[in-house]
Amino acid sequence: MRILVVEDDKDVAGFVVKGLKEAGHVVEHTANGRDGLFLAASEAFDAIVLDRMLPGGVDGLRLLETLRSQGNTTPVVFLSAMAQVDDRVRGLKAGGDDYMTKPFAFAELLARVEALTRRGKSEGPTTKLMVGDLEMDLLSRSVKRAGQKVDLQPREFRLLEYLMRHAGQVVTRTMLLEGVWDYHFDPQTNVIDVHVSRLRQKVDKPFATPLIHTVRNAGYMLRIDAP
Amino acid sequence: MREAGPASEAGRDADLTVRPWQAPPRPPAPATGFFGQAGVRFGMIYASLFGASSLALAAFLWWSTAGLLDRQNEAAITVDTQGLLERYGEGGLPALIDTIEQRIAGNIDEDGIYLLVDSDLRRLAGNLELWPRRLPADFDWAQLHIDRGGARGMARVHRVDLAEGLHMLVGRDVESRTQLRSIVADAMLWAAVIAVLLGTVGAVAVRGLFRATLADVSATATAISMGDLMRRVKVTGHSDEFDLLAETINDMLDRIARLMDGVRQVSNAIAHDLRTPITRARMRLEDAATHARTEADLRLAIERAQADLDGIVAVFQALLRIAEIEAGARRSAFTQVDVAPLLADLAELYEAAAEETGQSLVARIPPSATVFGDRDMIQQAVANLLDNAVKFSPPTGMIRLSAHATPGSVEIVVADDGPGIPPQDREHAAQRFFRGEAARSTPGSGLGLSLVQAVAMLHGGTLRLEDNAPGLRAVLQLPASDPRQVAA
Repeated sequence: MRILVVEDDKDVAGFVVKGLKEAGHVVEHTANGRDGLFLAASEAFDAIVLDRMLPGGVDGLRLLETLRSQGNTTPVVFLSAMAQVDDRVRGLKAGGDDYMTKPFAFAELLARVEALTRRGKSEGPTTKLMVGDLEMDLLSRSVKRAGQKVDLQPREFRLLEYLMRHAGQVVTRTMLLEGVWDYHFDPQTNVIDVHVSRLRQKVDKPFATPLIHTVRNAGYMLRIDAP
Repeated sequence: MREAGPASEAGRDADLTVRPWQAPPRPPAPATGFFGQAGVRFGMIYASLFGASSLALAAFLWWSTAGLLDRQNEAAITVDTQGLLERYGEGGLPALIDTIEQRIAGNIDEDGIYLLVDSDLRRLAGNLELWPRRLPADFDWAQLHIDRGGARGMARVHRVDLAEGLHMLVGRDVESRTQLRSIVADAMLWAAVIAVLLGTVGAVAVRGLFRATLADVSATATAISMGDLMRRVKVTGHSDEFDLLAETINDMLDRIARLMDGVRQVSNAIAHDLRTPITRARMRLEDAATHARTEADLRLAIERAQADLDGIVAVFQALLRIAEIEAGARRSAFTQVDVAPLLADLAELYEAAAEETGQSLVARIPPSATVFGDRDMIQQAVANLLDNAVKFSPPTGMIRLSAHATPGSVEIVVADDGPGIPPQDREHAAQRFFRGEAARSTPGSGLGLSLVQAVAMLHGGTLRLEDNAPGLRAVLQLPASDPRQVAA
């Protein structure tokens, strides 16, 4: 995928660019807002990682507002040191799809960027999700694995749905908290791990191959193991 | 700008070398000039008030003495004239002349003045020789100099025109009264001089009094601004307005001192609680750089250091979040929030975590409980309380989450049967970075309850920590409606 990184801090930018390239993406980088706006408006990207405070007269918010006013809907992840709730709200209101505060873990950024690009692609309502032999019917709210019915609590259903919608991608604990519970804070205890492990009991334990995998230092991923 | 930089910097350097050390600037002089001083102003206000009231008093005195004499005179003349006119009406000219003669004869004080002239201004009767020439043709009342048998004097006269071209003057000699008048005027002049003297002395006294009263306040403020935060304004014990002012100022100073203390405590705590993990991370990295033999060792050290740094960031974020909440910027986003589904969600989230360690979480939540506040903040506050409960409860412990409405508010209760907080620590438990004995061995930043407290305060509610015998019972009380609207 083509990703544009607009970030003025050389170290952070280098780190992000390197990481994204290692994950197999094509990355363009500019260090100021005006060039960023020019690139974003003139070329097609799958996602933009955008700093809020930028030199060159065009800050991140202005850049994004201009872009959106031109009808450009490229997914944008804000990457900012401005961490207050109001800053976050302002960023999302300006048209941002996600908002991350510095300091950040690269795994989290990568997971969020990939989640966004996926979301951009699958347009239109789906009624069925399929990953390997796991089958989720969104209308009857039932789950089957290898033809066998799996009974899930409502919250477990939503957790599995989120994992299936992001199958093949890393999903972090924070993403789960935001996406499944709609919480915007980090609990001190490992509540998410417990819920995922309960889901595993039902979805993976009775079957030969596991689908829900733990990704060290990052989160979880639902994928079919290569045989 | 860029080109000007080095030059101006050089200039500044030169300045620094030439100029000797200067004392810090003194607090500004209290006033620009003599008349700018508040004491002087108050003195002058006193003097002008005193002057104005003296003047009013003098005016009244004048009106009631000299003025009264004048008015009595005029009344007597009017009555006299009336009587003469009546006689003239009854008996014609002869009767009038007769009456005038009688009046002159019967006038013991000899202050009555009468003159009746015909159309050619020839005297028909009266004790004046001639019709005064210098008078204007048509006057009604007048003051004139008279010459009566060699004695000169002042007279107040009233002129009346009769039929057949006759003119009559009726008046009174006011010479003696004029003398009295000048005596009164003299007395008043002296009184004015005395008033000015008294006013000046009074003004100076008022100014002195004013200064003396404010001197202590001013001295205290100066001492405070110089860094002596312990100074207070003296309270005289008269319980007057100045005492009230002194008490208000002292209260303010106490509050400032407490806040300063708080800031000092927090910065000490930050220094300590962030320094420790930073030191740990640094040591790990240094140790790995010098001693690690294998790549696996190195990786392990780096990962641990990373975890330490994440911990520091978490503390940092919690601190900023508390500061953000305490600043109260998001009060504008407050709405009516039904906490019942919110609590049910949290109970569900934590139930699993509790069960994982063998604990149980029992939730007793009413179908609906509305408070006025911020959804995210309440969520986070309750989550912090549940975090604590899960963390500190024994493996078989029981955690209870409940909510109930009280008049005007909703109480959210998180109770556990863990070690609790000893009574002497409860007061401090919500302070930033406070960690009780029981908490020292568990991971955590010591900021969880501070955040809950901050959320409670912002909502106009309270956080109470009670004994659950055994365990801790944390009660988060939140008002059901906007406290400011209720007050209004």
